Parts: sequence; C-alpha cells; structure tokens
Amino acid sequence: MRFHFSLLLLVMAGLAVAFVPLPVPAITPQERTFEIDAHQFAYSPSELKVNTGDTITIQLVSADVVHGLYVYGYDISVEADPGQSATLTFVADKPGSFRFRCNITCGAMHPFMIGKLNVGSNSWLYRSIGLAALAVFGVTVSKKPKA
Amino acid sequence: MAKIELTRIPFIKNALKSRYPQLAVFIVMLIGYIFAILAGLIGTPVGSHNFSIVFVWIAWWAILILVAVPFFGRGWCAVCPIPLPGEWLQHGAVLSPPDKRPKWLNLRVPKMFRNIWLQNISYLLLALFSSVLLTTPNITGIVLAAMLFAAIGLSTVFERRAFCRYLCPVGGFIGLYSQTAPIELRIKDKQVCVTCEGKPCYNGSSAGYGCPWDVFPGGLTKNTYCGLCMECIRTCPHDNIAVNLRPFSADLAKPSTRMDEAFKAFIMLGSAIVYAGVLLGPWGMFKDAAYNVGSSAWFIYAIVFLAIIFVVLPGLFTLGILNTKNTLPLKQRFASLSTALIPLGLMFWVAFSLSFVLTNASYILAALSDPLGLGWNLFGTANAAWQPMLTSILAPAQTLALVVGLVWSARTAQKSANEAGTSSMPVVIYCFVATSLMLWLLL
Ligand code: SF4
Ligand code: SF4
Ligand code: SF4
Ligand SMILES: [Cu+2]
Repeated sequence: MRFHFSLLLLVMAGLAVAFVPLPVPAITPQERTFEIDAHQFAYSPSELKVNTGDTITIQLVSADVVHGLYVYGYDISVEADPGQSATLTFVADKPGSFRFRCNITCGAMHPFMIGKLNVGSNSWLYRSIGLAALAVFGVTVSKKPKA
Repeated sequence: MAKIELTRIPFIKNALKSRYPQLAVFIVMLIGYIFAILAGLIGTPVGSHNFSIVFVWIAWWAILILVAVPFFGRGWCAVCPIPLPGEWLQHGAVLSPPDKRPKWLNLRVPKMFRNIWLQNISYLLLALFSSVLLTTPNITGIVLAAMLFAAIGLSTVFERRAFCRYLCPVGGFIGLYSQTAPIELRIKDKQVCVTCEGKPCYNGSSAGYGCPWDVFPGGLTKNTYCGLCMECIRTCPHDNIAVNLRPFSADLAKPSTRMDEAFKAFIMLGSAIVYAGVLLGPWGMFKDAAYNVGSSAWFIYAIVFLAIIFVVLPGLFTLGILNTKNTLPLKQRFASLSTALIPLGLMFWVAFSLSFVLTNASYILAALSDPLGLGWNLFGTANAAWQPMLTSILAPAQTLALVVGLVWSARTAQKSANEAGTSSMPVVIYCFVATSLMLWLLL
C-alpha cells in the first residue's frame, strides 16, 4: 500500500514538473531581423535567440546552390536561389526550442543541414532534466518489493 | 514474473519449425537487399531519392532500432539476408538437411577472434565514415555488397556463421541490446539435455543443421549470441526448445564480466551521443569535419570520436566506481556495472532515431515510386513533398524515451551492484549526467 502511495506521489510530481505553467516574464515584443547565410551544409548564424511574441524576419541568403529553411513547430518555410536572398516573416508566438532545416535537396549532407531557433527559454529541456532527476530520486528511494 | 511459452501455440510452433515460411521471408529480404545494392551502385547519387539510402538508413533502421531490437531482440537476424548465400554455399543446399561431410574448409575460428572485438572494430570503421555512408548511395551499395561477400568468404573458410558471430558490424549491438528484449529462445528442461545423446541441436542431424551460431542451446542464459535461426527447434528430438515471452531485460540480471561486451556498451552509448551532436545539432563545423573523410578536420573528428568512446566515457565511469568498497577486482566491477549502460544506450538510440526517422520518413513514399531516382513514378507518389512527421510530439517522445531509459538503467545498476556487493550510486549518477547531456543535445 505504502509503495503504491509513493508511486502516486511521484507520478503527480512528474506531471507537475512536466506541465505546470511557469510565469512568463513580460517582455515587450520587438521586431528582429536576421540575415542567415546558407551554404552546403550549414547556416550561419545557426542559432537564433528571440523572445516570445517577437516578430521575426529571416533574410535567407544562399551562397552556393538552392537552399531552403523550414522551421519546425511553426511549419513555415522559405527558399533562396543561389546568390539571391529571400525573406520570411512571422510572429514567434510559440515558446520553445525549434530546429530549422533545409528543405530543398542540396547535396549529400542536406538531411543534416540544421539550425536552432530558441523562442524564450528552452523550458522543455529544463522540465525534462527535472523529470530525469525525479525519476532517479524515485528509483533510489524506492526499494523494489522482492519479486 | 512468469514466462509464457509461445511455442505452446501450435500455429507459432509449426510456423517456426517448418522451413518454408522462413524461406519465403528470406527470399523477399534477399531480393530487397540485392536491389538496394544495385540501386546504390546505378541509381541517382542523390541520397534522399535513392532506394538504398532511404530503405536501408531510414526504413530498415527505424524498424530495427524502434521495433525489432527492443521487442524481438535478434529478431532481425532471424530474417537477415546477409549470411544466406554463404550459408547455402557452405551447406551445398538451400533447404535439404545436411549430409555429414563438410564441403569446404570448415575450420574453427581461432580462439583469439572468438569474442566481439572484431565486431567492435568493424562497427567503429563504419561509424567513423557514417556521414558519407548515410548520404552517398554508391558507398552504401559498396558496403552492403562487401558484407554479402565477406559473409560468403567466411562461410567457405570457417564453420558455421563466422561472419555473424565475429565480424558483422550490426550484429554486435543487436546482440548486446537483444538482452533487453521480452523474447528468448531457451531449453525447457535441463535434465533432458543432460541425458540427450549426440546433442543434435549443436551437432546437427538429418532434421537440420547444428547451431549455425555456434552456441549450445542447452547452455543458453542470454540472448546475445543466439540468432533465433530456429534450427534447434527443428533438430531437437526431445521437443525441448521453447520460445518464451518474458519480462524485459531478463538477461541483465546476471551481469556479464566480459570486456569486449562492456566496451560494446560504451561504443554504442558514445556513438549515440556523438551522432546526436554532430548530425542533429546546429554546428556546421562538426558536420563538415565528419563528412570530409581524409581531411585534417576529419582526422581530428575521428580522434575525438574514439577518445570519447575509449577514454572519456569509460574513464569517467572508472573514476566513479573506483572508490566503491568492494572485493571484486576493478576490471570485473567495471564490466559488471557497465551492464546498466545497455538499456540506457538502447534508449539513447531510440531517442536519436525518432528525430532522424520522423524527419525523413516522407522520403519513403517518394523512393518507393522512383527507387533509382530515374524519374519513374510507379505508384504515383514520386513527387511526394518532403514533410517532417509528428513534429509536435517529437520532443515529448524523446524525453519519455530518455527518462524511461534512465529509470531502466538505474534499476539495472541496482541489480548488478547488488550482485557485485557494491553501491549503485556512482553508476546511477553517471547515467543521469549522460541522460542530461543527451537531452541537451536533442531538445
Ligand atoms: S549478425 Fe549481421 S549478418 Fe548475421 S544475421 Fe545478424 S545482422 Fe545479419
Ligand atoms: S537436442 Fe534438445 S534435448 Fe538434446 S541437448 Fe539439444 S536441446 Fe537438449
Ligand atoms: S540453433 Fe537455436 S540456439 Fe542456435 S542460433 Fe539457432 S535458434 Fe539460436
Ligand atoms: Cu538542403
């Protein structure tokens, strides 16, 4: 009985770590423009940091062949011809860490041409590490009943 | 928890005992394999539109690591086409039971090679070239063909399946991780084996071949080296072989003390971490280094890769367990405690592969319709656009996989520490730190 009760507590703590909403610092949204240079097989800069609610403009400039930029989670994309630039504007209203990726086949390492967009803090990472810590705690304190 | 004997069910028993269902799957697999070689060699050089890349590295890999290994252990080896031509040649037959006299050299593999170090090396060789291998159809075609021919060559020189046991680069980790699967092939009653004359399961009989994997079924205690080829079900005259459903990772309760297996666990853990950083991370420099084989950047990448696997990860692990009070020699403690890294590594690979596979799965439809990238459109899906799948559940699914892996490895650590009479804490902390690193790389 005691074992079940602690397990229940642990699961509830886990749910709290995973889902309880955190206070979001009120930051006035800004407009931000990034010029991203795309070349086989990387973006530079490859990591963007913005605040939730910012309006983002990405100017994608392709240095060699046709490249695209697809933002996970937002499911929007843009593509730029060689030597040209193309623009993508959107409101970063979903917080979290998102990959962006080339979506035009551009050569061998194309599937791994990847960058990262951080909107606000990467709270899911911290929550995940919290869950991992909680799990370790649970395993360590619980003595498994002899099978 | 009790085991459930699946071979009690007549349908399953008959399907496994008969050679025909297996042969049917073998033939389909072999055709697919040879087609993948040809597609790699003559199809388009664009990886994401070539059957060899899409079906081997996306479809097969997804099924292997997400389904086959975690749930069926060596289930893939039961239907793998790679050793078949060699085995048929070695037997001088496709189906018919053996006549006794060996047709080829039939040598025993030298003692010094009877471990998985060669598999560790062959895996690492591929791993160091993996960025090229994963993306270049030609290279994939050549590697697939090389494995087929190596297996044929070894079959004519050595007895049984020497390639599978000692050289196959994927066989090593499938074997290691198969210990976690809820499926096993074991004998039913030890006493029957003790009195069994001639041990046909190992030596062969008119009903079938002696264990091709060179294990004695009567002595099986873990899944690692049993290829689930089902030969012993056919040869055992006393109906003493069972396929059981069992609790996950039952084999890990008795930790291994072999160094080659311990290092396999580090190799797999380390390469999952390196791939998550290099392939899925935002750092273009690492990708360049990994891809440009032969360049000085690549040599640095190779050295760092090997250092992580052979120095950093095992070194930190050793430091962690150094001070645990214990009578066992350090080497044995190292091997036995590293058992915890087996479920951890498996779940690292699951988390890594989820991202890689869901992102690229949409290539499968296109490649099915136009396998060689020559502009065919067999099923009307050749122009299916690239679209990552299930992006919204990817991160939670990865967290879930990694946290489950951590709990699983912590439990395993407790058991093996118990067995070794020492504390599990250093290993649990090690696993937690590694998991946090993996979370940081993937999320
Ligand atoms: S060990 Fe390798 S070659 Fe042998 S059956 Fe398994 S995957 Fe195939
Ligand atoms: S043939 Fe059957 S009974 Fe005889 S040793 Fe092998 S498994 Fe045991
Ligand atoms: S003969 Fe039996 S023990 Fe040997 S590999 Fe095949 S299934 Fe496993
Ligand atoms: Cu691209």
